[in-house]
Amino acid sequence: MITLTPRRHVAWQLTLLIPVIAVLITILAGGVIFAVLGYEPLETLFEFFIKPLSQPYQFGNLMVKACPLIIIGTGLVFCYRANIWNIGAEGQLIFGALGAGLLALSFPDVTSKWFLVPMAIAAMLAGGLWAFVPAVLKVRFNTNEILVSLMLTYVAGFFLDWLVRGPWRDPMSFGFPLTPSYGDGALISGLVLPGIGRLGQLHWAVPLSFVVAFIGWFVMRHTLTGFQVRVIGNAPQAGKFAGFKPDRVTYGVLIASGGLAGLAGMIEVSANIGQLQPNVSFGYGFTAIIVVFLARLNPVAVIVAGLVVALAELGGDAAQISLGVPKVVTGVFKGILLFMLLSGETLTHYHIRFGRAQTASRKHQEG
Amino acid sequence: MKQTNEQGILLEARQVSKYFGDFVANDKIDFAIRPGEILALLGENGAGKSTFVKMIYGLLAPDEGAFYWQSKPLTLSSPQQAREMGIGMVFQHFSLFEMLTVAENIELALQGVHDREKLAELIVEKSTAYGIPLNPDSLTADLSVSQRQRVEILRCLLQDPKLLIMDEPTSVLTPQEANQLFDVIEQLADSGCAVLFISHKLDEVKRLTKRAVILRAGQKVADVDSKKQSAGELAALMVGDEVAHIKRQSAPKQSLPRLSISALSRPAEGPFNVSLKQIELTVNQGEILGIAGIAGNGQTELMDALTGEWIDKSATASILLHKDRQADIELIRQGPTERRRAGVGFVPEERNGHAAIGELSLSENTLLTTHHIEQASQYDLVNDNFCRDYAGQITQKFDVRLPSKNPQASQLSGGNLQKFVVGREILKSPDLLVVSQPTWGVDIGAAIFIRKAMLKLAEEGGAVIMISQDLEEIFSISHRIAVINNGQLSKTYDAATITAQKVGLLMGGAG
Repeated sequence: MITLTPRRHVAWQLTLLIPVIAVLITILAGGVIFAVLGYEPLETLFEFFIKPLSQPYQFGNLMVKACPLIIIGTGLVFCYRANIWNIGAEGQLIFGALGAGLLALSFPDVTSKWFLVPMAIAAMLAGGLWAFVPAVLKVRFNTNEILVSLMLTYVAGFFLDWLVRGPWRDPMSFGFPLTPSYGDGALISGLVLPGIGRLGQLHWAVPLSFVVAFIGWFVMRHTLTGFQVRVIGNAPQAGKFAGFKPDRVTYGVLIASGGLAGLAGMIEVSANIGQLQPNVSFGYGFTAIIVVFLARLNPVAVIVAGLVVALAELGGDAAQISLGVPKVVTGVFKGILLFMLLSGETLTHYHIRFGRAQTASRKHQEG
Repeated sequence: MKQTNEQGILLEARQVSKYFGDFVANDKIDFAIRPGEILALLGENGAGKSTFVKMIYGLLAPDEGAFYWQSKPLTLSSPQQAREMGIGMVFQHFSLFEMLTVAENIELALQGVHDREKLAELIVEKSTAYGIPLNPDSLTADLSVSQRQRVEILRCLLQDPKLLIMDEPTSVLTPQEANQLFDVIEQLADSGCAVLFISHKLDEVKRLTKRAVILRAGQKVADVDSKKQSAGELAALMVGDEVAHIKRQSAPKQSLPRLSISALSRPAEGPFNVSLKQIELTVNQGEILGIAGIAGNGQTELMDALTGEWIDKSATASILLHKDRQADIELIRQGPTERRRAGVGFVPEERNGHAAIGELSLSENTLLTTHHIEQASQYDLVNDNFCRDYAGQITQKFDVRLPSKNPQASQLSGGNLQKFVVGREILKSPDLLVVSQPTWGVDIGAAIFIRKAMLKLAEEGGAVIMISQDLEEIFSISHRIAVINNGQLSKTYDAATITAQKVGLLMGGAG
């Protein structure tokens, strides 16, 4: 029998240390896995975590990879702080891509970049709509938002698949499941840095993602809205006592996080792909969950955490190309990292005792 | 019955004491129960009833003294051991799995492996014999509260108990259901089982039991023939005469009403909730109105209805706030924020997670009940300076001792946090302050400070509604007193003239 008893006080230094320790243990565990798989551990780790940063252009690519993670992560911070467990950001991302895609494909000849504004709005509305479904079901029927949002991800995936193979398929695509390419106005341009020029695939939405994270931090820290989210998530009864409405918070955080996931979907297509295809995301909606926990539910830390996790993704690609390490190892890395973060979280907040559960009498004496 | 009385003592307690830190929960209690006897254990909240029966059931161990079972020393380390000895307990709040059938729930409580068909037969047989028929295949979720209680009772009966402890078993039952239960208890006693019946309902105690043991403040104060004593005498023993000597407050003369409540009703939300029945109440300016009552008689429900966390949507109910030089404000449909804006302050019973949030800093905790104030937040932006300043004023004026500057609420001791949440409301100089259990679990110094602060608010013309289970508190600072019992509020009495016995009777539902 293992018993968990809550700790009275948790030192704030520990809160900062946990993510660092989790990352270190994950890297260590990675080394062991590489050794078992028959790869030189140090070389592979170097290939994984150092090599992707050896050229300046690679920093650009890293930020491009981190961009959707940061945007989605910011939205998820609000959900998780409110104790609402939206696991379906991936589906909301796909819906966002569809919402923006509907506009882009309907007006293929627009060349003005201002077209991106209505596209972004459409993406956020579509993503928000997809997150509204678990919200309304939770509020009305007390369903579990984890299950509903997760299952809706697969519905969204199949819907996209059907669209690009059916009604939205480009007649000129020689039977490939692709829509026509977006017009110029629907594409996000590369970012030219003064004095440096282009940095890999770096595009205009990357700085936007940083802005989103900072706005998220500001709302959480300095507004009554953010306060409500924290209060309701922390102590619903105190929230009701304060006069806040839990249902409104449930709707708010789910729709906001769905909207941001949708925005990430639009950015991914408009900046990197240029048309809709059966796969528009590399699981960013799921990876962002790890980012949020690594960031300890802090929107500004989401930027750093997004970059760290993006590095693991890029490293996986690099190691596969240079050493033939299977790409699934990246998934294993992410799994270990999340596990370490959650156990770290548990260990900071609870004492663990092994052995038989104690009788009430003894507990009382201790208390 | 005649034979059983001649038998020896079944369970005896000799000089049993139990301490929780400095607190004496049970103080040298002597106690005995014979086979076939129905014995009432009577006392107010905190008198030590629960602690005492938990020791009998093996949930707690005595610190001093000892129990004897059929004259042999009894040491229990778990309820399971108690059940093996033949001690069963029916809790006030049941522990049944809703998604399991009656038979499955009973099987879970029994030791070892059982033949399901035989068990089902046994359930039908035993339950019919005791006049509480149960279908073993019914889903527990579909059962009424009294049927669920029968499952609990039957679970004990199947283990052939020699002693059955029942913790306020009628609190969840209708009068008819209670009568059925009494038949079962009497039948049990006739068959030789001893029943320890915990209650604070005086008429039930008189009806069902011959003997009553009365606890007060951890001590056994009386062991009486419950048939010979009047309900009033039992009430007086339960409440004690200490409170009779407390110097009472006298109500201010010719005061104007501050709040009028009429026809406030609330259906019970769950099996363990109490319904509020047509509450009528008027509080005047400059007075503290104390609402006494034993826990679980509708205090929480009333508090929620007063704060606006629960809203009565019926057409007839009314909560009218009378303002100085302003039109009256009808609060009945208003939420907590609107009620605060109208000039009412609230301090709920639970400090942690209701009145305050442990993980948030004190300045953030001020925002919980001040966010409607313009300086605190405007255009959705929180004014951190205002919150810090306000928290600073509270800590200074209400003597809240802090371990560090602007600490998390969880770092404060109970007394200091209570001074903070009370001060947070009083500092707003509310027209009306509604508090529940204002000094529950706080040290004496903090309790005195909080009571003085409430008296001062009343002196300055504010009105206070104080819901409290602490009679000493009720008597020492209330100007007028009402009693809540089973969701019904008594009429209001002048604190200077009402006797402790009268309050005890009202609390026991016999007023």
